[in-house]
Amino acid sequence: MNTRRRTFLKAGIAAAAGLGGSAFGVRAGGSFTGGMVGVDSALGHRFRDGGFPEPTSSEATEILVVGGGISGLAAARELDRLGLRDWKLLELEPEAGGNAASGRNAVSEFPWGAHYVPLPGHDTPEVTGLFEELGIIVRRDARGLPVYREEFLCHDPQERLFVDGRWQEGLVPQFGIGAAERSAIAAFLARMEELRGARGNDGKPAFAVPVDRSSRDPALLALDRETFAAWLTREGFTSTALRWYADYCCRDDFGAGMDRVSAWAGLHYFASRRGEAANAPGHSVVTWPSGNGWLAGRLREGAGGRCSGRAAVFRVVPADGGVEAWVWHADRGASVRHRAKAVVLAVPQFVAARMIGPEEAAGPRAGGVYAPWMVANLTLRSMPLGRGAPPAWDNVMRDSRSLGYVVATHQSLHPVPRATVLTYYQPLDEIPPAEARRAAAERGWESWCAQILADLRPAHPGIADLVERIDVRVWGHGMACPVPGWIWDGRRERLARPHGRVHFAHSDLGGMSLFEEALVQGTRAARDVAAQLAGKAGA
Amino acid sequence: MTDRPTRLLLLSSVFVIATCGLVYELVAGTLASYLLGDSVMQFSTVIGVYLSAMGVGSWLSGFVVRGEARLFVRVQFLVGVVGGCSAALLFLLFAHAASFRVLLYGLILLVGILVGLEIPLLLRILKDRLEFKDLVARVFTFDYIGALLASLLFPLVLVPHLGLVRSSFLFGILNVAVGLLTLRVLGDGGRWSASMRGVGILLLALLGAGFAASGKIMAWSEQSTFSDPVIFARSSPYQRIVLTRAAGDLRLHLNGNLQFSSRDEYRYHEALVHPGLARFPRARDVLVLGGGDGLAVREILRHDNIRHVVLVDLDPEMTRLFRSQELLVKLNAGSLDSPKVTVVNADAFSWLAAATNQFDFAVVDFPDPSNFSLGKLYTTAFYERLGRVLAPGAACVIQSTSPMVARRAFWCVDQTLRASGFVTEPYHVYVPSFGEWGYVLASREPIPDHLRLPPGLRFLDADTCASMFRFPPDMDRVPTEPNRLNNQSLVRYFEEEWSKVTTTP
Ligand SMILES: Cc1cc2nc3c(=O)[nH]c(=O)nc-3n(C[C@H](O)[C@H](O)[C@H](O)COP(=O)(O)OP(=O)(O)OC[C@H]3O[C@@H](n4cnc5c(N)ncnc54)[C@H](O)[C@@H]3O)c2cc1C
Repeated sequence: MNTRRRTFLKAGIAAAAGLGGSAFGVRAGGSFTGGMVGVDSALGHRFRDGGFPEPTSSEATEILVVGGGISGLAAARELDRLGLRDWKLLELEPEAGGNAASGRNAVSEFPWGAHYVPLPGHDTPEVTGLFEELGIIVRRDARGLPVYREEFLCHDPQERLFVDGRWQEGLVPQFGIGAAERSAIAAFLARMEELRGARGNDGKPAFAVPVDRSSRDPALLALDRETFAAWLTREGFTSTALRWYADYCCRDDFGAGMDRVSAWAGLHYFASRRGEAANAPGHSVVTWPSGNGWLAGRLREGAGGRCSGRAAVFRVVPADGGVEAWVWHADRGASVRHRAKAVVLAVPQFVAARMIGPEEAAGPRAGGVYAPWMVANLTLRSMPLGRGAPPAWDNVMRDSRSLGYVVATHQSLHPVPRATVLTYYQPLDEIPPAEARRAAAERGWESWCAQILADLRPAHPGIADLVERIDVRVWGHGMACPVPGWIWDGRRERLARPHGRVHFAHSDLGGMSLFEEALVQGTRAARDVAAQLAGKAGA
Repeated sequence: MTDRPTRLLLLSSVFVIATCGLVYELVAGTLASYLLGDSVMQFSTVIGVYLSAMGVGSWLSGFVVRGEARLFVRVQFLVGVVGGCSAALLFLLFAHAASFRVLLYGLILLVGILVGLEIPLLLRILKDRLEFKDLVARVFTFDYIGALLASLLFPLVLVPHLGLVRSSFLFGILNVAVGLLTLRVLGDGGRWSASMRGVGILLLALLGAGFAASGKIMAWSEQSTFSDPVIFARSSPYQRIVLTRAAGDLRLHLNGNLQFSSRDEYRYHEALVHPGLARFPRARDVLVLGGGDGLAVREILRHDNIRHVVLVDLDPEMTRLFRSQELLVKLNAGSLDSPKVTVVNADAFSWLAAATNQFDFAVVDFPDPSNFSLGKLYTTAFYERLGRVLAPGAACVIQSTSPMVARRAFWCVDQTLRASGFVTEPYHVYVPSFGEWGYVLASREPIPDHLRLPPGLRFLDADTCASMFRFPPDMDRVPTEPNRLNNQSLVRYFEEEWSKVTTTP
């Protein structure tokens, strides 16, 4: 990560100090540091523009995993479990983690992207298996229900919403809305509860995690052809407060609002989770100060020394019954030809397309919609004060284009609240993704900081005085966006099929950018590789 | 300049001056009785000193031969600043000034003298503009009406709605405003007037800022929250530690919450330690979590069988204070310096995670679960960690707030321990400064009944001890949710129940 250090002088306070404000005891020179953080953009651009030299040397391993996000790490873990230990993982960034990357400073660890996982249900044994392995699930009680390690469950209070000048507990709007709105929200939630238990004509759950374990009942799949907003209107869900809430949920999970994502995806958000636990309600989540960075860290530990960072894979071609990946190793300043019997491409499809060839780069693999995001970590001297409900883990402001912030120190067990780090999220969805990416690339750190502080000020009037540093990161292609058609028009299944020795594993193939999808896709790809290699050996 | 409006203006300033004058007197009197106690005595001495100071002021006015108007303006400004800031100053300096009385009476004298100067000066300014009989009649009418207004405003509006500090800033502003008005009416428009106007405006700004920051000033000066004199006040990185003392009663407050009163803390601490520990005649190692005041350790050391006590308290400032301050060391019998005691400054949760020793008994004396951070110290997660440092057959005792005031909170602690695999024996005791107070004794297996109390106790005997384990119907068990990190049920019960009573412990 490259951090440009800068100092941002808050003009107002600096001026006051200049006028002798300090004589009156006004805190002078309120300044903070920070910078833009993130992917080495030079490396990224060279990848896009094909600016890497041809390989001059070569190496060989049995299997290559390209991309060190959760899907790549999961594939590597599964290979080990299947006894295939001769693999190498190549990652563009210095450290594996991808969208589950995290950072740390003197105050706390903090997430840069993914920050929680909902409790898994019966649909995802991959997740419960991993959770047992990592000690997140400590045992099962007499009824067979998983007992979660309490420290990892999101501590109470979990959520609060800033609305009409004060914080309320919970995200479902309660203040300043009439009885009609309230009952509309209740009716909607009851409907979602019903859908959560619903099954399609094939007997499978209507909505499941991962997506591919959902029912294929045509009546349900038809929901993927309209937007969630259109569905809500059609069903008579017109309450403003309810629509705000539905829109917020879509933006939070998909980086795009309810008028852009499909009704199937929108309903999936509300009706796919059937988590269970002995010591928590089913709708709880697990989280850590570093968010899903904790999970990425544990998976990295398992990978040992077999991960290479700052390794940009720029071509993947078939060679001598195997595959060859051309890799620019930024640290060595040289390109290397990595030969393997099989390769798992655990990268987004538009990236995979560029690696495998020009025909793919123009084809459907490059056609997904990816939502850009801005994430900022604000290090504060203390928790900012606000009116109403006390700080929660997830803090959302209704009248904001951001999604609010998550408190990295929320899971701390220290009895006295001290300095903290807030992770602030904003999907850049006001303009079309490509334009938003361009605008974000040109935008400076000062401008982001000013916008973030202005956004937080109504809820926390004193926040600017508490800020010690702000680091900002832009995710140009943050997450695959389930626009109508993306999930069920058949494209995903076709894209997931291997090309000879090249296998695909990324959460976008699941249709949704979720930890569970990444884990399942990676695990599945590793099993496919194992089967392929075993078949070959048998032949 | 003998026109009606000018006269009216000057006379109405009599009214304002009179109101301000009386308000400062009332503020000083009230403050003195707040801070020094004994209100009749304080009030009458304050009034006496104030009135005689006014006499001095009037007498001094006789030495003024000319320039009454200018002097009047100056006096207004001075009264405004000194009187306006007086309450804030007294509050802020109370805990720090070597002799608070000197400061208090010094301020009262100064304000009194200045106020005493005002009316004679004004009389002289007005003497050419009114007939003597009218002058005296009107000035004194306004003076007395102003005083009446002040005496009504003070208890009905100012104290309840603005508070003392803000009220005195407000009246300071009025005084300065009268000064500025006088300047405008009688001023010559020359350099002196202009510069005085500047000064006046600056003072207005200063007092206005004080008015606006009154809340902060009060928060700064503990005194607003304590009825007894503060003898020590310090902020550690973790908390605000304040000691107050009145008539031999020493009290410790952490973040404004009473921790003990030296009059009856023995009841609290004897009840905390002995009902459990006295049933373990062979216990050697004891753990104390919280309790940096060393008072629980004092009780533990009464048992000869105890070889080693580990005290884990977050705040080094607390343990330092209770090892060094003479009065406090006397209170805890120097327990923290006993060779049997090891003091560790760490947060209990992480200390437990790393601890490898085993203890025969543990005393958990944390602040009440009044917020979500503290609530985590009462969760199943915490008790599971605590359970890991208890030797087989060992027990622990948890201070568990008031079963009378916060019945559900108390039983929630009990329920949480049970959910963490402990068998429990809840009990309660009456501590006058706290009210009815509760504890939960918990162990993995039932503990033997045999009780062997150490000698020297002031409160506990076998009968008292036995009665503590019985709960009358109004405090008896109610069903509750165990407190977990992910539901914080205890903090919710606690808040709901304590918010119904006005006084917090
Ligand atoms: C802001 C944000 C918040 C999120 N929050 C959550 C959340 O709370 N919960 C949740 O479940 N999900 C969340 N997600 C979704 C998240 O994307 C998934 O949970 C998951 O981490 C995706 O893993 P992945 O492996 O599929 O993809 P990625 O994380 O995208 O992994 C792809 C990897 O490939 C690497 N790579 C790319 N190009 C190359 C190349 N040429 N050579 C080598 N390596 C390359 C990348 O650097 C990256 O490490 C969030 C996403 C974002 C953007």
